[in-house]
Amino acid sequence: MDSHAATVEAGLHHRDPELHNQFDTLEQQKDTAHLGMWVFLITEIMFFGGLFGAYLVYRNLYYPAFVAGSNSISIFWGTLNTAVLICSSLTMAMAVHSAAIGARKLLVGFLSLTLLLGLIFLAVKGKEYYDKWTEHHVPGANFHFDDPERPGEAPVPADVASQTSIYFSLYFAMTGMHALHMIIGVGILLALIWKASRGSFPPHHYTMVENFGLYWHFVDIIWIFLFPLLYLISRTPAMH
Amino acid sequence: MSAAGEHIVSPKLYVLIWIILLCFTGLTTAAAFGDFGIFNPIIALAIAFTKAILVVLFFMHVKYSPRMTALVIGCGLFFLSILMVLTTADYISRGWMF
Repeated sequence: MDSHAATVEAGLHHRDPELHNQFDTLEQQKDTAHLGMWVFLITEIMFFGGLFGAYLVYRNLYYPAFVAGSNSISIFWGTLNTAVLICSSLTMAMAVHSAAIGARKLLVGFLSLTLLLGLIFLAVKGKEYYDKWTEHHVPGANFHFDDPERPGEAPVPADVASQTSIYFSLYFAMTGMHALHMIIGVGILLALIWKASRGSFPPHHYTMVENFGLYWHFVDIIWIFLFPLLYLISRTPAMH
Repeated sequence: MSAAGEHIVSPKLYVLIWIILLCFTGLTTAAAFGDFGIFNPIIALAIAFTKAILVVLFFMHVKYSPRMTALVIGCGLFFLSILMVLTTADYISRGWMF
């Protein structure tokens, strides 16, 4: 009886306080948390899938308008923002790595860098939206599409010009929904930086950092598809 | 110290993946200015999928995760393909719309 009590005692002592009752090991607990996050991301994929599906249909129906609309947005800022997001994915991956090796200062540093890059992305996006606003390219009462000045090209016909509002509706819906995810990510990052600076994520107990990393990389992947689909539709004059 | 059995990826690999992703970004922008006819969107999407797979496998650790994770992602992509393929099939089989 003494030995049994000792075994129970030992078991209780070995059980990590972070380990919830329904799990056998920390590894199982961690894998379950990651799986749950992935299931959430799958619902996000289906959500964005609806937007991509609408894009697919309308691009096929109004291809010339999509080409004209796409050519009116700045490829420079789009490429720059893609690079900014890819850099933020690296800093996020490094933040998770820092948490894994228990480097608290590095973790705070990399999370802050990720935050900074996220804010740069949003600032550039805001600049692009402002340009579209001043060009009257925002669908609505003041919508008006002028063919951007491109040498050696015929102007866009009036019907195609009015159809570009379909392209711009999808442009604002898709990039706007992506930007909303970025804004939510920035908010969570602020909370994570605060918690990390207080030492809330010791090695083996940083699932929140890892799952946020999954979210951040997911938002990056959405942009990886938005960039070519919205910015890079036929930039060659010969094709239309 | 791997009590939780996690796989720690080396920062060198992350930097390598990051460089590859940046190169692909430059490549996809450059390719958009070339005239490859019907292959323009195919090239753009092929590069986008390659970048996405690199992010999923390495930055999101799916390469080092249980097979269950890959299975769940595969299911999600399968449902996404149903959405895309059936929608497209519906539209392209209605000639009066095009």
